[in-house]
Amino acid sequence: MAEYEFGNPEIVEEEVDILIIGGGMAACGCAVEIVQWADGTDLKIKLVDKAALSRSGAVAQGLSAINTYMGENDPADYVRYVRGDLMGIVREDLVYDVGRHVDSSVHLFEEWGLPIWKQPGDEGKKLVEGGKPVRSGRWQIMINGESYKWIVAEAAKKALGMENIQERVFIVKLVKDKNDPERVAGAVGFSVREHKVYVYKFKCCLLACGGAVNVFRPRSVGEGTGRAWYPVWNAGSTYAMALEVGAEATMMENRFVPARFKDGYGPVGAWFLLFKAKAMNAYGEDYQTKNAHTLEEHGYGRYANGPKMGTCLRNHLMMKEMREGRGPIFMDTPTAMAKLAETMTPKEIKHLEAEAWEDFLDMTIAQCGIWAGENIEPDKKMSELMPTEPYLLGSHAGCAGLWVSGPDDLPGVPDHYHWGYRAMTTVKGLFTAGDGVGASGHKFSSGAFTEGRIAAKAMVKFALDNKDWKPELAKSVDELVKEIYQPVMTFLEHKDYTTAIDVNPHYITPKMLQFRLQKIMDEYVGGVATWYQTNAKMMEIAEQKLQMLKEDSLKMRAKDLHELLRAWENYHRIIAAEAHLKHIKFREESRYPGYYYRTDFMDIDDDNWKCFVNSKYDAETGEWTFRKVPYVQLIKPADDEPEGIKHPGAKVA
Amino acid sequence: MPTYVRTDKCDGCKGQDKTACMYICPHDLMKLDKDGSETGWAMKAFNQEPEQCWECYSCVKICPQQAIEVRHYADIVPLGAQVQPLRGTDSIMWTIRFRNGTIKRFKFPIRTTPEGSADPTAGKPKPDKADLTNPAVLFTKDTHPGDMSQFVAS
Ligand SMILES: Cc1cc2nc3c(=O)[nH]c(=O)nc-3n(C[C@H](O)[C@H](O)[C@H](O)COP(=O)(O)OP(=O)(O)OC[C@H]3O[C@@H](n4cnc5c(N)ncnc54)[C@H](O)[C@@H]3O)c2cc1C
Ligand code: SF4
Ligand code: SF4
Repeated sequence: MAEYEFGNPEIVEEEVDILIIGGGMAACGCAVEIVQWADGTDLKIKLVDKAALSRSGAVAQGLSAINTYMGENDPADYVRYVRGDLMGIVREDLVYDVGRHVDSSVHLFEEWGLPIWKQPGDEGKKLVEGGKPVRSGRWQIMINGESYKWIVAEAAKKALGMENIQERVFIVKLVKDKNDPERVAGAVGFSVREHKVYVYKFKCCLLACGGAVNVFRPRSVGEGTGRAWYPVWNAGSTYAMALEVGAEATMMENRFVPARFKDGYGPVGAWFLLFKAKAMNAYGEDYQTKNAHTLEEHGYGRYANGPKMGTCLRNHLMMKEMREGRGPIFMDTPTAMAKLAETMTPKEIKHLEAEAWEDFLDMTIAQCGIWAGENIEPDKKMSELMPTEPYLLGSHAGCAGLWVSGPDDLPGVPDHYHWGYRAMTTVKGLFTAGDGVGASGHKFSSGAFTEGRIAAKAMVKFALDNKDWKPELAKSVDELVKEIYQPVMTFLEHKDYTTAIDVNPHYITPKMLQFRLQKIMDEYVGGVATWYQTNAKMMEIAEQKLQMLKEDSLKMRAKDLHELLRAWENYHRIIAAEAHLKHIKFREESRYPGYYYRTDFMDIDDDNWKCFVNSKYDAETGEWTFRKVPYVQLIKPADDEPEGIKHPGAKVA
Repeated sequence: MPTYVRTDKCDGCKGQDKTACMYICPHDLMKLDKDGSETGWAMKAFNQEPEQCWECYSCVKICPQQAIEVRHYADIVPLGAQVQPLRGTDSIMWTIRFRNGTIKRFKFPIRTTPEGSADPTAGKPKPDKADLTNPAVLFTKDTHPGDMSQFVAS
């Protein structure tokens, strides 16, 4: 038998009915649900993750809260909250569907062993038994979540069986069906541990590889480069792979720029909501109140009602202070702690302090390192806040993603919202969930898991309906392997040309490719360098530069399997970045001030742009096509919703 | 914000075919230097790309020898602090040492059930196949009833 080695991988071909790509919250939800419905069929189901399920994805560190739990709230109000935060344009059918199912997922987590905080008197009483959770906001409940992912992965692994889970395989691309170009039939990837290329054929797949991080230059560029707020390892694989097989994307212009504690990006939610801390500018002014009237410029006030406003508008008010030189912005933690101390015993205070630290330790440990290193004790010293670099995501407070088919049983859903299988994209057989689903943010961990469950059912149905259909790949296995291993071949061919392994005219290291991408995005597409501002002219330059970067990506080198992983991650980042850029360019308004500004179109323009923007990419020609898609309001506006929400949506042909 | 491995503690996971830290790192950063050619320390692990570390502590928590610690980013954080966990089966203990020597200790629960006991079905019966196409039902049959009068088309 041939000896497999670097550059000469073993080829493993496998045919399954359903492939789950990714092992995060959405994928785990899918795994748990799918075996229930597939029971008694002989469907073969497999899951592949580039990492290890127990700690993969955004929840690797754990979380300190579950951000989506209805409880006593009505899902319709959840829709109102999500559309309010995302400036009016969401798929209300998708949001509602998450809302009505999400609590059942949280109940599963609790059953499996996730500790959920209860109000005094209800300790030990489960949510399903009527135990009242501790809320840090209307939709958020507090947990001891260090092992959140560990527990959820345990259930997912048991459901599928380890023999049906392949860890440490990075999926590089989806493959279309040979006979039907509108359909996917397979996926290819490689092991980052062994010299193996995996070629999967399937009837359908769930693509749930999270959002896109490190597309923009991060604020820290030295040893702390990896300290992004969203997980640095989610590289836009979901968006890139789907776009490359022709799936329609939606709202890829949306991004999330969280304002967090500076440098560590530790969460601020509990500080604002639980401890009632206030943010202020360098001179102690409450800039939110002070600047509120400025929202009237450019029509931004249409999406604010008193202190109630979208997260981006709160960012906008903060950025104004920073741009105009009244930074730094501080979170006044000492005053908040002192205020609480007035009504609390020292023991209660100590408990509260532990809660404050746990908020970091459960999901952003790095922030503790910074506070400890700078001798910051929150009861004694204030901390700076800072907006991060932009991230593309569809599950947290953003709505970039793919256009998927919604539920057909809700009153008033228009035909263009559903076309058959729930959670399927516009490409036959390709389903997505979590960060992959566009135009429906604020799902968070529980909602992403729930969307995986929703997709699971539809995929079982799809696979059963296509029982006799045989997938055939549009490309030969040889071609696919050659493409995936090209960076390795490039390295082996040229490595002896120079004495310095990283400097060689015949190739580019994945790391330098990433730096180039980040520089382009940062400086021309509204990164931190320009205070999130861009315009059509800047984006034209970015387009040209990206084009050359794409050409050069064919010359990436990989000196080992780890670098091959980096090479393809960065390729995915480029495609995700391009989608983001093209979408921003197409939408001629500033829909999300505080996340990005189009200085050539500073207004919010509901009459022309309160609609979805959908795009398609042609991987053969590199061309993008765009269309506007009508927004349809499904949930009645409430009296206290801002004016913009009441706008029925742009008239779109 | 990189992890580092202590030479006095790492035993290379006793030469097993996969080490705990390599297995768990979500970003493929931890690597075993089998022959010492990369670090000078044979059969010990190291972080092969420190500037990509998310400081998620997954490797720190799982290392059976407690050989992995974190030296907070040199380009941001003053020296001298340390945040170190000890993760058990039902709780985690944290020790935070400040640059000025202040120490804080916290202990938090991490799960309420024995490790490995999660039942994916949570004891629910098998779903009714007829519900496969009913969007209002997942296998747990625990759907929020919802006030349907809130819909414009209601
Ligand atoms: C700092 C932080 C704080 C948060 N706070 C909260 C909170 O308080 N409450 C809350 O409810 N939610 C919170 N969230 C959000 C929540 O974690 C996400 O919404 C959720 O995890 C998204 O699920 P997902 O399945 O879409 O992606 P993920 O869970 O990120 O999973 C992505 C998966 O894809 C895999 N993958 C990626 N690329 C590939 C590839 N090419 N091939 C194979 N596998 C691949 C990854 O390894 C991973 O398994 C927070 C997230 C972060 C980062
Ligand atoms: S897990 Fe710990 S003991 Fe094992 S190889 Fe890694 S650092 Fe060494
Ligand atoms: S802290 Fe997390 S990202 Fe860093 S090496 Fe350990 S497991 Fe990997």
